[in-house]
Amino acid sequence: MQNRFFSGETKMGMWKLGFLGLLCAHFLFAIGAVELGRSQPTERISGSAGDVLEDDPVGRLKVFVYELPSKYNKKILQKDPRCLNHMFAAEIFMHRFLLSSPVRTLNPEEADWFYTPVYTTCDLTPNGLPLPFKSPRMMRSAIQLISSNWPYWNRTEGADHFFVVPHDFGACFHYQEEKAIERGILQLLQRATLVQTFGQRNHVCLKEGSITIPPYAPPQKMQSHLIPDKTPRSIFVYFRGLFYDVGNDPEGGYYARGARAAVWENFKDNPLFDISTEHPTTYYEDMQRAVFCLCPLGWAPWSPRLVEAVIFGCIPVIIADDIVLPFADAIPWEDIGVFVDEEDVPKLDTILTSIPPEVILRKQRLLANPSMKQAMLFPQPAQPGDAFHQVLNGLARKLPHGSAVFLKPGEKILNWTAGPVGDLKPW
Amino acid sequence: MKLSALQQSYLSRRSNSFRGPSPLDSSSDSTGKSPATTFWLLLHAACCLASLVLGFRFSRLVFLFFFSASSANLSAFRGGGGGGEISAPLLVHSSLAVNNPIVNLATPANRTSPAAGSRVMVGRHGIRVRPWPHPNPEEVMKAHRILERVQREQRALFGVKKVRTVIAVTPTHVRTFQKLHISGVMHSLMLVPYDVVWIVVEAGGVTNETASIVAKSGLRTFHVGFHHRMPISWDARHKLESRMRLHALRIVRKERLDGIVMFADDSNMHSMELFDEIQSVKWIGAVSVGILVHSAGVDESSSLQGEEEAPPMPVQGPACNATNNLIGWHTFNSLRYAGRSAVYIDDLEPVLPRKLEWAGFVLNSRLLWKDLDDKPDWIKDLEVLDGADEDIESPLSLLMDTSVVEPLGSCGRRVLLWWLRVEARTDSKFPAQWIIDPPLDITVPSKRTPWPDAPPQLPINEKVLFDTQQTTKHSTKTRTSRTRRTRSKRKHDAKVIGVQVSTHSEV
Repeated sequence: MQNRFFSGETKMGMWKLGFLGLLCAHFLFAIGAVELGRSQPTERISGSAGDVLEDDPVGRLKVFVYELPSKYNKKILQKDPRCLNHMFAAEIFMHRFLLSSPVRTLNPEEADWFYTPVYTTCDLTPNGLPLPFKSPRMMRSAIQLISSNWPYWNRTEGADHFFVVPHDFGACFHYQEEKAIERGILQLLQRATLVQTFGQRNHVCLKEGSITIPPYAPPQKMQSHLIPDKTPRSIFVYFRGLFYDVGNDPEGGYYARGARAAVWENFKDNPLFDISTEHPTTYYEDMQRAVFCLCPLGWAPWSPRLVEAVIFGCIPVIIADDIVLPFADAIPWEDIGVFVDEEDVPKLDTILTSIPPEVILRKQRLLANPSMKQAMLFPQPAQPGDAFHQVLNGLARKLPHGSAVFLKPGEKILNWTAGPVGDLKPW
Repeated sequence: MKLSALQQSYLSRRSNSFRGPSPLDSSSDSTGKSPATTFWLLLHAACCLASLVLGFRFSRLVFLFFFSASSANLSAFRGGGGGGEISAPLLVHSSLAVNNPIVNLATPANRTSPAAGSRVMVGRHGIRVRPWPHPNPEEVMKAHRILERVQREQRALFGVKKVRTVIAVTPTHVRTFQKLHISGVMHSLMLVPYDVVWIVVEAGGVTNETASIVAKSGLRTFHVGFHHRMPISWDARHKLESRMRLHALRIVRKERLDGIVMFADDSNMHSMELFDEIQSVKWIGAVSVGILVHSAGVDESSSLQGEEEAPPMPVQGPACNATNNLIGWHTFNSLRYAGRSAVYIDDLEPVLPRKLEWAGFVLNSRLLWKDLDDKPDWIKDLEVLDGADEDIESPLSLLMDTSVVEPLGSCGRRVLLWWLRVEARTDSKFPAQWIIDPPLDITVPSKRTPWPDAPPQLPINEKVLFDTQQTTKHSTKTRTSRTRRTRSKRKHDAKVIGVQVSTHSEV
């Protein structure tokens, strides 16, 4: 957003201006930070973006929460309470937040947005991974219920409704990318607003106007692993995770589009890169001792590592082409993280070491901003500026609804019988 | 048949981690579905069988022959798998599959465009490895400079704000263990991230021995001599050390050194956190000192008689109440060792500290300056003490009011340094500056154990450092003779000689 101003100038001029601006910003914010209570001078994300993060949605929108039978939400959760801890738990916590939030209204006539609490990502395997095979049917069944019991769905065919679909590829409801692309977004959700973790430009499963949210990461667990600020950051690049998904893609090349395997092959001998597949108990502490944390794509482009990197002040290195990051319209990810194309992975060390130290320090200051960290979390109970509020801000920014939202009487856009035959079976 | 096997494997993998890939279940918009797919299936099957037979993935050779032209640029190529339409034989293989660390090859350029015109392809991609995947030393240096800059920023933000010089006072004298002890202190001081001034006071005058060790520190040092020799009783030693420390404080006063004075006895051990903690002292502070007493001679059972309390903590330092105010002092309880403590250097009994050791105190050097306007009035002037040095047991004697001492290290809860006195016997000798030149005096001919390739009667000059009892008759215990042998062996195999031992009778 700020780069617009620098497009015409020379690079030298840009750097000079940037450095001056940095100096001024540093002095200004150093002064201002004293009263923060935290001794680190943080940098407030200036411009329209920073203001947006601190917006308060209360009073700007009203949300009506449908009362669905408990088989859509509570019973599923009772069957498997692990859903509260995995990275898709946002759908459950969003429901709980909305039930007790001041934006909730019990009068649907005055509501701007309608929320349907259906937990589609809670059918877990014994290992804890969600199976999406019944999700389309569940969603269909829920929509059929709300369209027959309330008139508000048919009024707009869902254009003022929003759904939380935090699964791998959002409302495409499949974990495998090709299958997900083949299915496309569920027909019935064509007009609704989707709140999802998946985001990739020019992808079937990312609809125009969707709100991208971060995956759920447990706030208490991360808080309990904080180490003193003065512990020096001595790891240059840090990553823990799979490089080859041996169970499903033994040769490599499929998983993560070969990017993770490329990271391993190129940098396994490099002492600057602390990368391995181990599962250490000091994972969170190690991230706080690292300058850069790799966040490469996996089977899907998003990962909870981004959230963890932001919370622990480690600059995220995002290796996922065309990814759309959470709250991209509110958070200037270009200023905070480092984006590396998948084809540039072999040159990752050159790229990272050639970043000027002032830029790195600035990114760390932006990351230290508490509103940044708060925006990535789903705390219980909700706190101002957290991810719940950012979602509401996003919804509020889409108001007022345009004229296309409300259908003329008798007009029908959605095709209720479209999609694979298996989806039409009742749930 | 192949297909069902593949599907079975797919399903079985589903049950473990359900993401079974199925490159053969093609997606997206491809032309000519049935004949093309069956053709690729058959080709895939044929290639798999051929690989089985040959024992390696021969398709790499196919690639080399057919597509070597397109993969000319090895350093930056684009691997594209296209849509899932392209099946196994044309898939790019990773370097992991073949043990050859050669760069992967690219597929030909006939990609099928996936739905929605995305730049990003779905399907199998190449794994890009650069030709020399090893760290570039310049980049490593750049990374270290970045790390150093980041850490400097962290220190500036979270570390100590007003950094003061550390003035370390060390009384020492030449003895066997001097190099051991003083090297430890020296290395600790060299690691301190602040400026250090090291005042080394040497009993018996300045010697080359000490000077050579101290010169290696690279710190700013004051190496002064003190005109007394170190006595041999611990009591007298402690007193002399106090006088030497006061002598050093007079140097601080004379030179008007500015900083924080800490007492680093040469046999003590200091943690790095100590130096960070003492930066916060205002005038005079106290830290908790761990007392390490060599307890070889102490009889544990006698101390338990009639005593139900747990043995006291071996810590000296400030004692605080719940509101972190100084209320008293923890001192070392020497009652357990009553009558059984070392008096002279050579004694085997444990060496006990004084009530409160100097090492546990730190002073602002301005307290010692001659004329300073805002010097507090509870400090006695050093000039006043002249002649009465022997009575100064700890810096508390320099104060008129001991309640002004600031407790450091979470009010004395953190032990930041350790006190220890370990010395060799007074008659122990050591080579000057620990350099063996000329060769040592004692050479003992080793008559008992002839080397295998030397004639048996030749006496061999061995450089042995201890008195071996060559003439007494030992029973051939393999253990002792083996140790002797390993001490003196040069190029001979211990095992070979060990074999000889059992048959060998003493000479």
